[in-house]
Amino acid sequence: MSESKGRFGIHGGQYIPETLMNAVIELEAAYNKYKDDPEFNRELNALLNDYAGRPSRLYYAEKMTRDLGGAKIYLKREDLNHTGAHKINNVLGQALLAKKMGKTRLIAETGAGQHGVATATAAALMGMECVVFMGEEDTKRQALNVYRMKLLGSEVIPVKTGTATLKDAVSEAMREWTRRISDTHYCLGSVMGPHPFPTIVRDFQAVISKEIKEQLLEKEGKLPDAVIACVGGGSNAIGSFYNFINDKGVALIGCEAAGRGIDTFETAATVNTGRLGIFHGMKSYFCQDEFGQIAPVYSISAGLDYPGVGPEHAYLHDIGRAEYVPVTDDEAVEAFEYLAKTEGIIPAIESAHAVAYAKKIAPKMGKDKIIVVTLSGRGDKDCAAIARYRGEDIYE
Amino acid sequence: MNRIKSAFENKKAFIPFITCGDPDLETTAKVVRAAVRNGASLIELGIPFSDPTAEGPVIQGANLRALSGGVTTDKIFDLVRDLRTDVEIPLVFMTYANVVFSYGAERFMSACREIGIDGLILPDLPYEERGEFIEECHKYGVALIPLIAPTSENRIAMIAKAAEGFIYLVSSLGVTGERSEITTDIASIVRVIRENTDLPCAVGFGISTPERAKQMADLSDGAIVGSAIIKIIEKYGRDSAEPVGEFVKKMTEGLK
Repeated sequence: MSESKGRFGIHGGQYIPETLMNAVIELEAAYNKYKDDPEFNRELNALLNDYAGRPSRLYYAEKMTRDLGGAKIYLKREDLNHTGAHKINNVLGQALLAKKMGKTRLIAETGAGQHGVATATAAALMGMECVVFMGEEDTKRQALNVYRMKLLGSEVIPVKTGTATLKDAVSEAMREWTRRISDTHYCLGSVMGPHPFPTIVRDFQAVISKEIKEQLLEKEGKLPDAVIACVGGGSNAIGSFYNFINDKGVALIGCEAAGRGIDTFETAATVNTGRLGIFHGMKSYFCQDEFGQIAPVYSISAGLDYPGVGPEHAYLHDIGRAEYVPVTDDEAVEAFEYLAKTEGIIPAIESAHAVAYAKKIAPKMGKDKIIVVTLSGRGDKDCAAIARYRGEDIYE
Repeated sequence: MNRIKSAFENKKAFIPFITCGDPDLETTAKVVRAAVRNGASLIELGIPFSDPTAEGPVIQGANLRALSGGVTTDKIFDLVRDLRTDVEIPLVFMTYANVVFSYGAERFMSACREIGIDGLILPDLPYEERGEFIEECHKYGVALIPLIAPTSENRIAMIAKAAEGFIYLVSSLGVTGERSEITTDIASIVRVIRENTDLPCAVGFGISTPERAKQMADLSDGAIVGSAIIKIIEKYGRDSAEPVGEFVKKMTEGLK
């Protein structure tokens, strides 16, 4: 019997319909062929630098540091990338790979809409057809991003099944891929799903930690004491962690969306409240009931509103290399407003979960310590929802 | 495992799929017995899953109705225990890997043997991941029935060689549900299957009429029908036993 592939400890694997097996095998072969190909990498780097605006800045948040009175805080500004989030790093890589494979059509799932916008952008740039699946609930929460995707020439399909959020969008994108494989690449947006997606997406996002390392060594001459990022599926977090995994002195902290709290049912904190399971192509931790039915999860953040977590995060948790902490809606909204007022930066509500945790721990750390917080995206898309959260109705 | 073989002996098998607990377990029991009375050769019993990624809208709806009605894996085991007091044809479970994994493979398979389940179909457990449950399946004599798809190509031989029970041949790309046509070259896939195993193979996905069922069964050993039956249950609710029975009768007669 052939071995199960793509394992991170006990997690990962390829739990998908037989119809898709040759598609993921073909994808793995293409990725192995191109990942170290100089021409592919030259093309990708040109896109990342000239089109997406890399490298992204590592900004010393001096006012925030002074205000909190503890560790020095740096912000990794993925929010300044073209399309406004880290998602573009992965999408440019996958779209270029799909093009090399002769695919002419991209499909994608999206939660907050950032991955959908990034995919629609890459499709426009590379002259590919694009269809984005988005939970109907999220199309309402993130109406601006729906408009952006349409403007970029993509079709947006509202998914009405289940909880009508990110997990249902993933299910529907997987169903669509089984319908149409030969010309279509499923551009998965996070470090999840069946092998080889968790590895491919991680590799394309690892540029975040590669840059943090270089930039911080240049500015401070040393590594950070902690790297903090928000975790839904976990792509910006794994990107922020990856090149520090072997640097044991660097604490890696993932911030999960606790919603209304991990002691309530309205939470999306998978590592903190879930258990081991098999879903969406992978073995990992999932929020589920005692019979393995996937639980409806909740977070104010559409991008973190997912009942699972990428298999490599599950593994980093198992071996104690990374820590996963819950951050509530209230804490995230407070951090969203705090960063706007303190540093003049409006973070995505997803990224605000990481800012909130930095606010919590920085005062307890010495002034010689350094924290890097990844701002995975910008918060323009969230302004209307946060206003509503505060009881104010504004027109977008 | 011999019981599964008997479903295909000297005839083309007609295999209905029924989601347990849609709309409730009492109805499922009546529908299964009606299908048996009207000539079903083997029945696929679906244990509902919250997020059935291989299903089209019709079976997704059945899963949702069943779960909203409060059905659980344990209650379905009780249903099968009751059915086995008079139902003698082979019964197999169709569900998703997490339902089995969450229950515990050992506990799940031992329950299957105890209540008289002959096999297990898991659409999200491809050949490479069989290791997840195969030992427990062998230990308790539950056949792990594999799926072969139109895209399987070079994988057909490998899957067929390791198959147990029967082979579920997926007729077309996409998810479950009715289709206006089936364009896959079923005959040539069946040829490769036959070269690699003596097990029977039945075709499913997109079959809703006696004509299509006959056409598919002529090319293989049987036809599997899900969505067309679920649609009847969706329409008739608790009064589904009779119309499903009539449908099964029409389909089995069509195969003769």
